[in-house]
Amino acid sequence: MAEEVNLICTACPQGCTLTAVIENGEVIEVLGYNCKKGIAYGIEEIKDPRRMVATTVKVKNGFHPLVPVYTDKPVPKPLIPKVLEEVRKVELTAPVKVNTVVLENVLDTGVNVITSRDMPTKA
Amino acid sequence: MQCIHNGFGLELLKEDLPGPAYAQRFIEEMLSLGVEALLNTMVMDITPNRHLFVSSKAHGYVEIEARAIVLAMGCRERTRSQIRIPGMRPNGVYTAGTAQRWVNVEGYMPSKNVVILGSGDIGMIMARRLTFEGAKVERVLEIQSYLSGLSRNLVQCLQDYNIPLQLNHTVKRIMGKNRVEAVEAVQVDEKWNFIPGTEEIIPCDTLLLSVGLIPENELSRKAGVKLDPITGGPYVDETFQTNVPGIFAAGNVVHVYDLVDWVSEAGFEAGKRAAQYAISLRNAEARYIPLKAGKNVRYVVPHKLDKSTLAQEDIRLQMRVTQPIEQPVWVEVHDGENLVTRKPEKYVRPGEMVTVKLRAKNYADVSKANGLTIDINPR
Ligand SMILES: Cc1cc2nc3c(=O)[nH]c(=O)nc-3n(C[C@H](O)[C@H](O)[C@H](O)COP(=O)(O)OP(=O)(O)OC[C@H]3O[C@@H](n4cnc5c(N)ncnc54)[C@H](O)[C@@H]3O)c2cc1C
Ligand code: SF4
Repeated sequence: MAEEVNLICTACPQGCTLTAVIENGEVIEVLGYNCKKGIAYGIEEIKDPRRMVATTVKVKNGFHPLVPVYTDKPVPKPLIPKVLEEVRKVELTAPVKVNTVVLENVLDTGVNVITSRDMPTKA
Repeated sequence: MQCIHNGFGLELLKEDLPGPAYAQRFIEEMLSLGVEALLNTMVMDITPNRHLFVSSKAHGYVEIEARAIVLAMGCRERTRSQIRIPGMRPNGVYTAGTAQRWVNVEGYMPSKNVVILGSGDIGMIMARRLTFEGAKVERVLEIQSYLSGLSRNLVQCLQDYNIPLQLNHTVKRIMGKNRVEAVEAVQVDEKWNFIPGTEEIIPCDTLLLSVGLIPENELSRKAGVKLDPITGGPYVDETFQTNVPGIFAAGNVVHVYDLVDWVSEAGFEAGKRAAQYAISLRNAEARYIPLKAGKNVRYVVPHKLDKSTLAQEDIRLQMRVTQPIEQPVWVEVHDGENLVTRKPEKYVRPGEMVTVKLRAKNYADVSKANGLTIDINPR
């Protein structure tokens, strides 16, 4: 028996409404996409949903007390709380450059957590 | 810079960047081009003839004469007083953007239990952000029958974390004396009237408002820029020029964008056109040179001339002298160093106008001059 699941594609800001047709636990068809990325999104969203994660880490002696960071690739959705826990343990010291890796291969996901801006020292 | 979430640059750079990383690209490009920036500096006033009054701690009070201006002041958030929620005035009612700055930049956590009014993008993004930092987001209430932000944010900010969204709902009353203790939510009909019997008290310590953005146009008004009552931003043409010549506008100051990529594109266009405007104004200014009254000359008409006119036709200069000279004189036109032309007169008297002609053959000399002076010297 085929089952249909409605999804909203998040791969771009258009937010197309997709329908994933699932048979025996496999996505056999994706409907409603406006571009090919929608098909990949539909399949992944059913089998292994992933998200980009953005948060902050503490920084000593910085112009601000926090530096924003993000994952350089999407991480599996169920791991998000654990990734946040790992990131919370990090503390940097200013100055920090943009794209600095603050956590390598977090939780063996193959994903790095990197800074998203320069953080100069306190004036 | 406080928008640390991803979702910037998907259209323009084909990359999914956080706000700060997107901004950093342009900051680096700007610095590499040698563009000067005055940071922590506020523009206080702009006049219709493009005079700017600017103030900052580092530079003090500065006046700037601009040939062209691009307005890019962005927008500001609607606050509680603009949507009129009755009830007490306790601590704990903030705009979503203010909370965003505290959490992402300053490192303060404003709440443990949150209700968010409005389904704008900042509200939904803050729902996820506060969840990441350990708060419980009880509910997002939206008075309209549809989402006001992007659908992707409904999925990745609310549904991913099981945060309930109620459409056709609003806050009827805020409760709590010193700090918010609860809000009373209510369902509304299509005319936004409360539906009796649908009230629900939701305990919480914070109410975040994500109820829209208003283009920031105080300065535009002072500069004489006409605003569209629907967008709240200036009327612009396809070059993003406002009704005031030489004043352009781009970004959220014109109308509220959902994607930064389109803001950047509007900025490129407005910037290019403003530069073209400034260059053509400078060229026009450079074509004109002033005519100055020199020795024994009271005034000269015309006061300035367009050098390119002289390439085609003669220009007659008219003047009056200051003192009578009852002997032969030269009426001399010079550029400060070299004589351009001169004309003999038997005498000059204030009561009798003196004239001298610049001829097409003088064009070569005049085209190099920054100004011309007329002196009257005895022969
Ligand atoms: C919460 C939120 C989330 C968003 N998320 C996304 C997203 O995920 N992806 C995406 O693509 N887009 C997103 N956007 C949209 C995008 O970020 C904005 O449309 C864009 O930043 C607007 O740029 P702007 O330059 O017009 O205004 P702003 O970025 O607001 O810049 C205006 C600047 O002008 C300065 N200014 C104002 N008045 C003065 C004055 N008198 N003197 C000197 N300076 C002054 C301000 O300090 C400010 O720095 C989001 C917007 C919001 C509000
Ligand atoms: S299907 Fe393509 S166009 Fe539609 S939201 Fe997904 S990425 Fe965007």
